[in-house]
Amino acid sequence: MTEPVLHVEKLSKSFAGVRALDDVSLDVRPREVLGLVGENGAGKSTLLKVLAGVLRADRGRIIVRGMPVSPVNVVAAAAAGIGIVFQEQAVLPNVTVAENILLGHERPALRAGFYDWPRLYALAAAQLDKLGAKISPSAPTATLSFAERQMVEIARALAIEERTRHEPIILFDEPTSMLDANGTETVLEQIERLRRRASVVFVSHRLDEVLRVSDRVCVMVNGRCVATRDRAMCNVADLQRLMLGRELDAKYQRQPLSAHGPKVRLSVRALGRRNSYHGVSFELHAGEVLGISELAGSGVQSLCRTLFGAERADTGEIVLDGRSVRLREPADAVGLGIGYVPAERRLEGIVGGFGVRENMTLAHLDEIRRGPFIHLAGERQVVKSWIERMRIRTPTADTPAHDLSGGNQQKVVLAKWLVGRKLKVLILDHPSRGLDVGAKAELFALIREFARAGLGVLLVADTVEEVMALSDSIIVMKDGVVSGRFPASAAKPSRLQILERMV
Amino acid sequence: MPATVGLELRSWAPLLALIVSCVGFGLAAPGFATVENLWTIADRSAIPLILAVGTTFIILQGSIDLSIEGVMAASSLTFAMCVLNNRTGLDLGLFSLVLATCAGAGLGLLTGLVTACLRVPSFMVTLGVWSASMGIAMLLSGDQPPLIKDPMLRALGLGRSLAVPNLFLVAVAVVLLGYILQSYTRFGRYSMVIGGGEDMARLLGLPVDGYKVLAFAFGGLLSGLGGALESARIGLGHVDVGAGQMFATITAVVIGGTSLGGGRGGVLQSALGTLTLAVLTNGMIFVGISPYAQKSVQGALILLAALVTTWPLRSRLRIVK
Repeated sequence: MTEPVLHVEKLSKSFAGVRALDDVSLDVRPREVLGLVGENGAGKSTLLKVLAGVLRADRGRIIVRGMPVSPVNVVAAAAAGIGIVFQEQAVLPNVTVAENILLGHERPALRAGFYDWPRLYALAAAQLDKLGAKISPSAPTATLSFAERQMVEIARALAIEERTRHEPIILFDEPTSMLDANGTETVLEQIERLRRRASVVFVSHRLDEVLRVSDRVCVMVNGRCVATRDRAMCNVADLQRLMLGRELDAKYQRQPLSAHGPKVRLSVRALGRRNSYHGVSFELHAGEVLGISELAGSGVQSLCRTLFGAERADTGEIVLDGRSVRLREPADAVGLGIGYVPAERRLEGIVGGFGVRENMTLAHLDEIRRGPFIHLAGERQVVKSWIERMRIRTPTADTPAHDLSGGNQQKVVLAKWLVGRKLKVLILDHPSRGLDVGAKAELFALIREFARAGLGVLLVADTVEEVMALSDSIIVMKDGVVSGRFPASAAKPSRLQILERMV
Repeated sequence: MPATVGLELRSWAPLLALIVSCVGFGLAAPGFATVENLWTIADRSAIPLILAVGTTFIILQGSIDLSIEGVMAASSLTFAMCVLNNRTGLDLGLFSLVLATCAGAGLGLLTGLVTACLRVPSFMVTLGVWSASMGIAMLLSGDQPPLIKDPMLRALGLGRSLAVPNLFLVAVAVVLLGYILQSYTRFGRYSMVIGGGEDMARLLGLPVDGYKVLAFAFGGLLSGLGGALESARIGLGHVDVGAGQMFATITAVVIGGTSLGGGRGGVLQSALGTLTLAVLTNGMIFVGISPYAQKSVQGALILLAALVTTWPLRSRLRIVK
C-alpha cells in the first residue's frame, strides 16, 4: 500500500451551528482519482474549500506528504501543493489567459519587477501544453469559450507543480455541472490525463462520470464520509443507496400523459431574433410540460429570454391565453404571469445576500402588501408555507440564499415564481444544473405537481433523458430552428428519435 | 508587447472622437489648426493629463477619487511656502516640488489605508480627504496667498523647450510612466484584476488591500505633482488651483473608455479622453460659442461620448447605477 499524498484527519467545520463537516477522514494516494459523491449539503464543497484554503476548519488536521498544513488562502494551499478548480468559474475575463494561469505566481516572469511578457506567455503555454489545449496565452480571456476557460482554470491548478517540485493534488469542485456533453467529455479526458502527473479529488453529481474516472469513490452523507469503495466494487445503484440510504425508483418516472384540456396557454408564432433563432412556433397547453431538447448554440436560451421579455424578438408574435402580448421588459412578463428560472442561478436566479424570504417574495411584493407597505406577517406566513411545501432545507427563513446548497437555492428560485398567484407559464432553463440525484428527483416531482395544477411549463433540460422523463410534448431545436416535434398526442418518442433530430 | 485586452472597434472610439473634433474645428475655424494653437492645447492639457493618469488606476480598480482638488490645494500651498516666496524664509528650490508631491502621496496613502483597511467606500473617504486637505490649504494660505519668486520654477511652469511647453513634456513623461506601470508591473496588472473581479482576487489570496493603498497613494502623488506644477505656472500658492479639475478628470477618464465599474480601460485611453476634452474646450472658443453656452455644449458632448462608449453594452437586463 502506497503512502497517501494527502491525509485528512477528523476535519470538522460548522456554519452557524450547522455541521457541514463532521469528523471527516480520508486519504488520497499518489496519482489516484478519488471521486467524492453525496447529496447537496453533504459537505463535499465545504471539504474541498477547506483543503484549498478558502475556508478554515474548526478542528482536524490536513497532512500533505507527511507534513501538517493549514492553508489560510488559495495561494498558501498552492504552496503546499493543493490546487482547486472552482465550481463556478474563477477566471477573470478582462486579462489575458497567461495572467489568469499564473495569477499570484508571476514572479518567475518578472525581471526587476517588470513583466517579461514573452516569458509569461511561455510559462503559461507550458501549462496549457500539459493539457494539450490549443489556447493562445496572449488571448483576452473574455474571447474564450466556456470549455476553454475551464481549461485555463485547470492549467492554473497544474501550474502548482512547478513550484512544489512534487506532483500536485488537484481538487475539482463539480467541474462538469455547467457543461454540456461535449464539455463534460473534455473535462473527463483532462482528468484522465492528469492521472499521469497528479492526484485528483473529483466531485460530481453525475455518478456515472464519477465511476468512469475515479479509482476509488468516497460517499459523504451529512458531513461524514460514510463509505469508500473501489471502482471495481460498486455501481451507480450502490452509490445511490449509500448516498440516500434508500433505492431511488427507476429513473424519473414519467407520469401517464394527463389529458390536459384543450386550453392553449402560450402560443408562439413564427418568432425570430437575428443571429439566434427563427420561425419558431409552438403551443403550450395548460397543465402541459413542453420539453425542448437542444445542443448548445441552438438559440433556445435566447428564445427563453425573449419569452420573459429580456430580449427582443425581431419577428413573430407571442400569444398568451388568446391575446397577443408585447413583452418590452421582464416586468411585463412577470405582470402577465410568466416566470423564468435562468440557467445561471448564481448570477440571475437569486440575490445571494438576501435571505430566503426576500428572494421568494421579490417578484411579487404586490401580493403581500397592504396599501404601500409590505405585510410582513403575511409574508412570513407565505414564505413558511412554501419552505414546507417544497421541503427547502434552510436554518431559518432569513438565511442568506447563497448559504444554501444548490438544490435548495433552486427551490427558492422556483418558489419565487410560484408565490405569484396568477402564474400561468413557467420557463425553466436547465433547472437541474448542479443538482444531485436526490434534489433532481424532488425538483422534477415538484414541476410535475405544479403542471398538474394547470401551469404551462416550458422546460429546457441538460439531457435527452430528462426531457423525455418530464415532458408531455417535446420539440427539438437545432441551429435556431425547430428540427423535430413530438406532440403529446403522438406515441412517445425514443431517445434515438430525438437524438436524430439534434444532429 | 502586452496584449491590450479588449482591442475591439470600440476602444478606437476615443481616438476617433479626438480626430473628428480636431478636423471639425480645423475646418470651422482657420485659427484652430495652427502650430501655435496646438502648443496652447498641449499646455492646457498638461496638468489634466497628469491627474488623469493617477485617477485611471483608482478607477480601474473600481474605486473613485473625489479628493483631487483638495490634494492639489494642499500641495500647492506646501510648494509655494517652500520655494522662494514672500511669506516664509524658505528657498528649497526643486526639492519643494518633491516635498509637495510627497504631501499629495501622503494624503493619498491616508485615503488608501482608510479605504482598504477600514473598509470605508472610497467615495466617502475621498470626499472627506478632499475637505480636510482643503482645510489644511486654507490654514496655510490664510488671507495672503504666497507668491512664488523662484525664477527657475516659474520658468518650468511657463517656459518652453524647443517650442514645446515644459509642463506638457512632464505630462508626456507621466503618461509614459503610467503606461509602463499599467502594462509591465504587478501594480498595473493587478489593478485590472481587482477591477475585473475583486472577490476572485481575494479568493486567490492576492494582496488586494495593498494594491488599493498603492493606487490611492499613486493617485495622491500625481494630484500633488499637478497642484505644485499649476502653482509654478500661476506663480501663486492658492487653494483654488484645482478648481474644476476633479470633474474634468473623471469625465476625461470615462470619455477615454475606462469603465467606472473597474476592470476596463487604461492610461492611454484616459490620455486620449483628456486631449479630446482639451480640444473641445479650446475649439469652442475658436468657433465663437459664447462662454455662457460653452459649459452646456461641453456637457452635451460628454453625454454624447458616454452614450457612444456604452452603446454596445445596452441590454435590457444590464444594471446601470
